Amino acid sequence: MARKLLLEKAHVEGIRFFDVYRREGGYRSLEKALKTMTPDEVTEEVKKSGLRGRGGAGFPAGMKWSFLAKPEGVPRHLVCNADESEPGTFKDRYLMEFLPHLLIEGLVVSSYALGSHDTYIYIRGEYAWIVDILEQAIAEAKQHNFLGKNILGSGFNCEIHVQRGAGAYICGEETALLESLEGKRGNPRIKPPFPAVKGLWDRPTVVNNVETLAAVVPIINDGGEEYAKIGVGKSTGTKLISACGNINKPGVYEIDMTISVEEFIYSDEYCGGIPNGKKLKACIPGGSSVPILPANLLLKTAKGDARMMNYESLADGGFATGSMMGSGGFIVFDEDQCIVRHTLTLERFYRHESCGQCSPCREGTGWMEKILHNIEYGKGKITDIDLLWDIQRKIEGNTICPLGDAAAWPMAAAIRHFRDEFEWHILNPEESQRRNYGLAHYADPIYVPA
Amino acid sequence: MIQFSEATLKEADRIIARYPEGKQKSALIPLLHLAQDEFGGWLSPEAMDYVAKILQLKPIEVYEVATFYSMFNLKPVGRYVFEVCQTGPCMLNGSDNIIDYIKERLSIGVGETTRDGLFTLKTVECLGACGYAPLMQLGKHYREHLTKEKVDKIIEECKANAALNN
Repeated sequence: MARKLLLEKAHVEGIRFFDVYRREGGYRSLEKALKTMTPDEVTEEVKKSGLRGRGGAGFPAGMKWSFLAKPEGVPRHLVCNADESEPGTFKDRYLMEFLPHLLIEGLVVSSYALGSHDTYIYIRGEYAWIVDILEQAIAEAKQHNFLGKNILGSGFNCEIHVQRGAGAYICGEETALLESLEGKRGNPRIKPPFPAVKGLWDRPTVVNNVETLAAVVPIINDGGEEYAKIGVGKSTGTKLISACGNINKPGVYEIDMTISVEEFIYSDEYCGGIPNGKKLKACIPGGSSVPILPANLLLKTAKGDARMMNYESLADGGFATGSMMGSGGFIVFDEDQCIVRHTLTLERFYRHESCGQCSPCREGTGWMEKILHNIEYGKGKITDIDLLWDIQRKIEGNTICPLGDAAAWPMAAAIRHFRDEFEWHILNPEESQRRNYGLAHYADPIYVPA
Repeated sequence: MIQFSEATLKEADRIIARYPEGKQKSALIPLLHLAQDEFGGWLSPEAMDYVAKILQLKPIEVYEVATFYSMFNLKPVGRYVFEVCQTGPCMLNGSDNIIDYIKERLSIGVGETTRDGLFTLKTVECLGACGYAPLMQLGKHYREHLTKEKVDKIIEECKANAALNN
């Protein structure tokens, strides 16, 4: 059984409420930080822990904190990114719904480190009921002086405000989030300047994901070095994986990044295998934006090593034969699923969510959706495959924010690994309306050169 | 002229107070949510102008935001809005069948409202609950692991609720 740092108490009855959370050892890190550590010492522990941003990019959190500009007399802000919208990802919802005080605790400690007296949680608009849960937790924390004025007599003041979005994937991008928080359309900003210098209302700002901020609690409790001992290489600590698609036990799992992908999918401790005795066809291991991998490349790297559930191993082979850890949204496909149809739903998603600022993304996502729609409904041309490849290549790297890349990568990977399935759709328009392509050779062993 | 109730005005003031002096525009999205909830589930031009007045913004600043975010309805909707997720992970778990079934049950297409004004069907992109697919949002909450039987039950529940509150 893997060690749990975040979800250990998730099933304790009433853990959502202050009294139970406190009784179970909650708010210890806050006491420790505010009573015995300076803000810089807190940052130092986070740096030592090797904690990487859990939103998807995997940037070292401590380093992000150390970039924060601290000009005299200018307020700074910490903003919690709870705009979880990457298809396949639902881990932050779980954390906030069941362990709201863990997030509040992590937020106060982090706010102390960064000197943020007004900290904002930007939560996706659809999670409306979770806003109530968070507001309740905030009220309780204030009542017990773990939040508010002069917290625990330390002289540190901190308020946490919850702001709901209103349905826009793009607001998960940190500068779009800040625009939205300022009451504007969620159009990403050009960087630089980075939020660490000019963020919310042009003030220095750090934006961190929910899971990242929750992880600060065990880091302060046990020390950064202890945290860094868990996991492997630069994948330190534990990671929440939200598993979905065709598996027996969809849900949120905390892993310590030393287990293999195969174990994660088939063991009863995690996904519990694929329903109805079906075979594994493919998987998107880190949220819809990262490359899809066929079963053979998912379970083993191109070199023939077992693929592990960590940042480095999932990315082994680059985009040619690997993928990414991303947000930890783990989407499993059984042998009966259609890659063309799935890619169509994703490109429809990106077209819908493109903010429209950059032409390659605004136009390109729509073109890809239309072409995929034609292929899916038996009206594709064989030249469409190269056209799709060409469009995604022209989007990637040519937009202000990473949504363009996020739309390009799944398209590229679908063609890279499943080109024959696209060809079959186009060459057999009638048959492809009646049945799916199936497993084909996607699970066959890969040839490893000696 | 439309106006927020006393309680909603108080809530609006509480929200505006979260932001520094002169940054009241930040309260725009939360206030639009309040307006949509209070004024019949959608944002009429009148409702948007009202929010503009409260926040001392130009009406265009409100329109451009309201039209950007997909949760804001710019046309009247039914009393119960079924927002069914159709993105990848839900599709893998049969959301297409659920959408077709709702269309058939209510005799409406996507984006349409039943004649009695009770139901609107919308398809939405990823609701961030992929492990509980297929699902939809109904009001403040999610209805998860949908089956045809569950859809039937939800429709009955809404009808009963409407009859009770008429």
